[in-house]
Amino acid sequence: MTNQTASAAPHVSFRNVQKSYDGETLIVRDLNLDIRRGEFLTLLGPSGSGKTTCLMMLAGFETPTSGEIRLEGEIINNQPPHKRNIGMVFQNYALFPHMSVLDNLRFPLKVRKLPAAEVDAKARRALDMVQLGSFGSRYPQQLSGGQQQRIALARALVFEPQLVLMDEPLGALDKNLREQMQLEIKHIQQTLGVTVVFVTHDQSEALTMSDRIAVFDKGIIQQIDSAERLYEEPANAFVANFIGENNALVGRVERIEGEHCDVRLDCGTLIRARTGSVAAGDRTLVSVRPERVVLDDSAKGCANFLDAVVKEFIYLGDQVRIRVDLCGNHDFTIKTPISHLDHSLRSGDQIRIGMDAAHMRALEPLPAA
Amino acid sequence: MTAASNTADALAPPAASVPSLKKRLRRAEMRKKLLYGALILPLAVFLLVAFVWPIASLLTRSIDNPEVHDNLPHTLRELKAWDGEGMPPAAVFTAFAAELESAKGSPAIAEIAKRLNREETGYRSLIMKTARKLPLPADTDVPSALTEIDARWGEAETWRAIRRSGGATTPFYLLAAIDRSIDTHGNIVTAPPEEAVYVNVLMRTFWMSLIVTGLCLVLGFPVAYLMAKLATKQSNMLMFFVLLPFWTSVLVRVAAWIILLQNEGLINKVLMAIGLTDGPLQLLFNRVGVYVAMVHILLPFMVLPLYSVMKGISPVYVRAAVSLGCPPFKSFWKVYFPQTLPGIGAGALLVFIMCMGYYITPALLGSPQEQMVSYFIAFYTNQTINWGMAAALSAVLLGATLVLYMVYARYLGPTRVKLVKPR
Repeated sequence: MTNQTASAAPHVSFRNVQKSYDGETLIVRDLNLDIRRGEFLTLLGPSGSGKTTCLMMLAGFETPTSGEIRLEGEIINNQPPHKRNIGMVFQNYALFPHMSVLDNLRFPLKVRKLPAAEVDAKARRALDMVQLGSFGSRYPQQLSGGQQQRIALARALVFEPQLVLMDEPLGALDKNLREQMQLEIKHIQQTLGVTVVFVTHDQSEALTMSDRIAVFDKGIIQQIDSAERLYEEPANAFVANFIGENNALVGRVERIEGEHCDVRLDCGTLIRARTGSVAAGDRTLVSVRPERVVLDDSAKGCANFLDAVVKEFIYLGDQVRIRVDLCGNHDFTIKTPISHLDHSLRSGDQIRIGMDAAHMRALEPLPAA
Repeated sequence: MTAASNTADALAPPAASVPSLKKRLRRAEMRKKLLYGALILPLAVFLLVAFVWPIASLLTRSIDNPEVHDNLPHTLRELKAWDGEGMPPAAVFTAFAAELESAKGSPAIAEIAKRLNREETGYRSLIMKTARKLPLPADTDVPSALTEIDARWGEAETWRAIRRSGGATTPFYLLAAIDRSIDTHGNIVTAPPEEAVYVNVLMRTFWMSLIVTGLCLVLGFPVAYLMAKLATKQSNMLMFFVLLPFWTSVLVRVAAWIILLQNEGLINKVLMAIGLTDGPLQLLFNRVGVYVAMVHILLPFMVLPLYSVMKGISPVYVRAAVSLGCPPFKSFWKVYFPQTLPGIGAGALLVFIMCMGYYITPALLGSPQEQMVSYFIAFYTNQTINWGMAAALSAVLLGATLVLYMVYARYLGPTRVKLVKPR
C-alpha cells in the first residue's frame, strides 16, 4: 500500500452511530464522521450535546447502542479500551498520585513490556518534550496545574499512539496558561503528526487549535468545517450563534437570486443577504457578525443601510462595542475599532449603519424550543 | 487645614496610652485561646479524672513494691550499712524484731510474709513462725534469740533477701509478664517452662488479632469497594446494613452466635441437611467460634475507613490506566489498590488494636486455648486480686500496642490517612 492511499483512508470513521443511556433518549442521534489521519479535530458543543460521549465511545469506555466505529478500517465496537492503543488526556489529568512523574510516564511502556533501558529513554524524552526534564522525581501533587497538564500530555504520547483523545484538558487552567498550552499542544501535534480528537465547549479554544471543528448540538453534528468557514459561513442559526458573536434579524425570504436573496424584515425593511439554508417564502434569521457592521461614511456604500438608535457603549480598550436598537432587535451589537469611532456619539442618538450583503446570511430559523 | 490635621491626629494612636501592635495582637490571640481552652475544658477534665489518672495509677502498680519497704523501714535503714558479707550488725536484728512485733496481728505481717516468700519459698512460714514467738523477753541478745527461733536468721542470704525486696519499686511483675524473673544474684533469667505462660498468651493474642484483621480486610474490602462504586441511594442502603450490628450490644451478638454455632444450632443443621457433613462440626468453644464472632463484631471498623478512602479515589484513574494499555484487573491492582493503602492501614490498625484488648468474645466462645491477654488481666484483678500482675500485663499490652502504632505511623503515617482526598 502506498502512503497516499493510507492517508486518503480515514483514520477513524463513525457510521450511523447512536448512543442511549436510558433506552428513551438518544444522547448521540446519528453520528457520521470521518477523522483524517494527522488532523486536529475538535468536537465543540454545549454540555449535553453528545461530544464527550462520542469521545468515550472512541476510547472504548462506552459502547455504541447501534452503528459502527472503525479505527484503521477495523471495526472496534467490541474491542476493550486497553487494546485500542489510543492515547488519552483527561479533564483533571488523572495522573497517578502514588507514582512519581517519571513512573507515570513509564507506566504505559512497562505495561507494554518494553526493555527497561528503552522505557527509561522514552520516558525521559517525553519529559523533555514538555520541558519538564528536571521534574521526574516529583509527585503530581507537587506540580502546578499547568505542569500536571503537560505531564498528562506527555503520558498520553509516550507510547507513540497514532491517535490521541483529549477531553477538555485545559478546563481547569487559568486564561493565560490555557492560551499558552493551546499553542503548545498544537505545536506538539504538528511535530509528531498524530491525529488528535479534542473535546471542548470553549469556542475560542476550538478556533485556535483545530484543523477542523465539528459543532455538536442535540446529539448530531450541526456542521463540520475549518474554523474560518464555520465563522464566516455558518450552516445554520445554531452554529452562527454558538461560534463567535452574532446578531440575528428576523424576517421572511421574498426572492432568491442566485447566491443572494431579498429578505423582508419584520419591521418592514427590505434587506439583501447571501442565501443560506432557505427557500423563497421561508421564515429566516439573517445573521451578521458585529465587526461586519459599518458606522462611518463608508456605510453609505453598503447594500443595506438602516436606521438604529444607540443604547449603550461598552469600552474594551482596543475597540468599542455599541448596543443599538435595530428593527426590533434591542440587543444588536456593533464592534468597531476605537480609531473609527465618532466620539460625539451619545446614547439615544439616531445613527445609520451599513452592512454588506456578502456578510449577511439568511439562515433557517432555530426550531422553537 | 486645621480640620484635616485634627482628623489625622485622631486616627494616629496616641503613643503612650495605647499598647503596641504586638501586644494588642497577643492579647487578642490570648482571648481566642482562652475561649478554645474553655470549650474543651470539661472533656479534658473528664478524661484526666476518668481515663488518664486511673490508667496511670494502675500502671504504677506494675512496679509498686510497698510491702517490705513500708513495713520494715528501720530494718532497711540499718541494712544499708551492712556490706552483705558475714552477719549484719546487731542493730539490724533489734530493728527487725521491733518492727515485726509491731506488725504482728495486722495485715502488714501477711504482706511481708507473702512478699518475702516470693524471694525464697519457705520465707512465709519463717516470718509467721518468728512473729508468733515475739515479743522477745527483755535483755536478751536479739541476734542469738532470733537465730534460736530459726537457724535461717543466722544466714546472710536471709537478710540479703529482705534487703533485695526492700526497694520502693520492683521489676518483678513486668518480668513475670514476659516469663522472666530475677535470680538471687540479680540476673534476669527465663522462667521454667511449666511457669512460662504469658509469652505464649501474648503471641496467641498477636496471632489471633492478625488473623481477625486479615479476615476483616478480605471480607470488608469488596464491600467497601462496592459501596464506593454504587450510586448514593444503593450505597446508603448497604451502609445501613454495615452499621446494623452496632444497634445491638456485643453481648447479645455473642449470645446469638452461641445459639447459631452450637452442635444443634442452625448452621450445623443446615450443613448436615445439605449433606456437607455427617455429624455436627465443632464450631463453638474453639478458634472457629471466636474468629467468626470477632470478625462479625469488628468488620464495620474495617469497612468504614476503607469506604471513606475509596470514596475519594476518582474512577478516572483506572480509566486512565486502561487507556494507557493496562488490562482492567492489573489497572485496579497497580493504580486503584495502592491508593486504598491509607484506608487499609487505618482499618487494620483499628481492628488489630481492638482485637488485642478483646475479652468478652474469647471468654464466652473460646476454650482456655483461645484466651487472650485481657482474660489474664481480668483473672488477676477479679479473682486473685494480684494488682501487680494485672497491671504488668496491662503495661505489656499497652506497650505492644504503642510499638505497633509507632511502626504504623512510621510507614503509613497518620498524616497519610486522608478521609477525603483533595481533588
